[in-house]
Amino acid sequence: MNIVVLVKQVPDTWSERKLTDADHTLDRDSADAVLDEINERAVEEALLIKEAQGGEVTVITMGPDRATDAIRKALSMGADKAVHLSDPALHGSCAVQTAKVLATLVGTVEGAELVIAGNESTDGRAGAVPAMIAEILGWAQLTQVRKLEVDGTTVRAERETDTGIANLEASLPAVVSVNEKINEPRYPSFKGIMAAKKKPVSTLTIADAGIDASEVGLANATTTVLEAAPKPPRTAGQRVEDDGTGGTKVAEFLVGQKLI
Amino acid sequence: MLDFRLDEDHEALRKTVREFARDEVAPVIGDLYQREEFPYEIVAKMGRTGLFGLPFPEEHGGMGGTYFALCLALEELARVDSSVAITLEAAVSLGAMPLFRFGTREQRERWLPSLCAGEALGAFGLTEPGGGTDAGALRTTARLEDGQWVLNGTKAFITNSGTSITRFVTVAAVTGTRENGKKEISTILVPSGTPGFSVSPKYSKVGWNCSDTHELSLDDCRVPEENLLGERGRGYAQFLQTLDEGRVAIAALSVGLAQGCVDECLRYAGEREAFGHPIGSYQAIQFKIADMEVRTHTARLAYYAAAAKMLRGEPFKREAAIAKLVSSEAAMDNARDATQVFGGYGFMNEFPVGRFYRDAKILEIGEGTSEVQRMLIARDLGL
Repeated sequence: MNIVVLVKQVPDTWSERKLTDADHTLDRDSADAVLDEINERAVEEALLIKEAQGGEVTVITMGPDRATDAIRKALSMGADKAVHLSDPALHGSCAVQTAKVLATLVGTVEGAELVIAGNESTDGRAGAVPAMIAEILGWAQLTQVRKLEVDGTTVRAERETDTGIANLEASLPAVVSVNEKINEPRYPSFKGIMAAKKKPVSTLTIADAGIDASEVGLANATTTVLEAAPKPPRTAGQRVEDDGTGGTKVAEFLVGQKLI
Repeated sequence: MLDFRLDEDHEALRKTVREFARDEVAPVIGDLYQREEFPYEIVAKMGRTGLFGLPFPEEHGGMGGTYFALCLALEELARVDSSVAITLEAAVSLGAMPLFRFGTREQRERWLPSLCAGEALGAFGLTEPGGGTDAGALRTTARLEDGQWVLNGTKAFITNSGTSITRFVTVAAVTGTRENGKKEISTILVPSGTPGFSVSPKYSKVGWNCSDTHELSLDDCRVPEENLLGERGRGYAQFLQTLDEGRVAIAALSVGLAQGCVDECLRYAGEREAFGHPIGSYQAIQFKIADMEVRTHTARLAYYAAAAKMLRGEPFKREAAIAKLVSSEAAMDNARDATQVFGGYGFMNEFPVGRFYRDAKILEIGEGTSEVQRMLIARDLGL
């Protein structure tokens, strides 16, 4: 079975992340760029399926030129090939535009029956793109998945949300988004690292992919970021000395905060 | 013409091991260290990542890299923890490498795949209680009797010799006397669990507390004749080659520890305040950290230079000795300074620098003491 994994290069969560002052898009120079950790899990899941059942794993990304590093990492983990859509016109695209573009790219991968993605990126955090892609393609969608099983043309998944676990079953083709419990991704081996260089990566512009410039980019986005500010630093807490009335004081504090 | 940059592959390897050390080693090593436990889980993960197979060809289950690739991995691991790094170093340089280099096809096929996968460990028994540097003073004997080697003697400070995944120890033993009256030394593979081969409880050490180190005794221990590793009488030549490479590896590991001290101090100097300012704003701390960086940088250049010669197949004895000397001293000096930067917290086991301080000293002793390195350098200069 041929599997497509959607990956994204994001600023490293270990470094300080910022938006640009000019247009409130991601300041890509402010932090190290890495393959999003949830995408490593998506790649791992695809590799596990491939190792058990055969097939080919294709990685797709939409991002600037330097996203090749993220692609390289996925390839060194064991993915077979990659499609990289890189075009200045894509700058500032919203979730809807992104989903349309990615759905178009999925269509270029021969025999693709299963798309695996992370449930949400650590930068944008919209968490909507995989579901949108499924809608656009008309494929089944199984999102927020913590356990996945592919049996012939049937996909079974445990979907985990704040309200509980749902057991899902669907027929291929399908789009699956995974959460952080799905697996522990492998580290690339040196053999994998060396092999990655020789794997095919097709780099496309939007014109190559048959996408019209009017459908993408900040100017045509369905959403606009008006303002952005870093989370205020945590202020020092209020200290309560327990002289026998500690419980009362804590309760009074909670009442004051309208928490009880 | 002169280019110290790493190629893409090695840069990616360095990054991968850095992430591995940060995510898999750093969060758990403090507790393991205090409990003096061998890091089985980390070893298994390193195995799955292919670190134990780095310098071996793919046909044996290796990664098809070089010894330098191993050195880079050791440096990145030791930035976070030396016990883990030395476990890998000893497993590859002392456990698997002699077997790969001198073993028969059968010996390689039997052991190498599991060694490369990190599922099994091999150890090398050279040092004895009565002599480390003076390898010629070897007392352990092996005599051939009815198609079996019968070994007798004691080995000291043998790394990876007593874990639950240790499969054999390569024992250096006197197998006879040469015509010139000197000892004939050979190396023999002794599988773990062979009757007469016993592993003493692990040492209580000042540092490297997660590394597995034991005294071994051989008491009429019998192994098949074909367990001879390489040619009879070539033992001394074998471990001289092993030791030269090992020095470059220990240099890389030392550079890692030295770098780890810089990393920790940079972080702490920005966070910790005294008299209303971060301590990093004071020259007393700045100069200390600058000196630490200088030592780390020069030591790294020294080990890169030695590794470059090693990879080109040129003699590198002097460069290996220089690299081992400057980097182990850099590690010791940086650990001392880093502890000072951290003040009282540097003396606490819960901070990595305290662990670095404990782990640094052995680097000036193991794989040839600093005195031996000076001796080798002087000898190589013709003195």
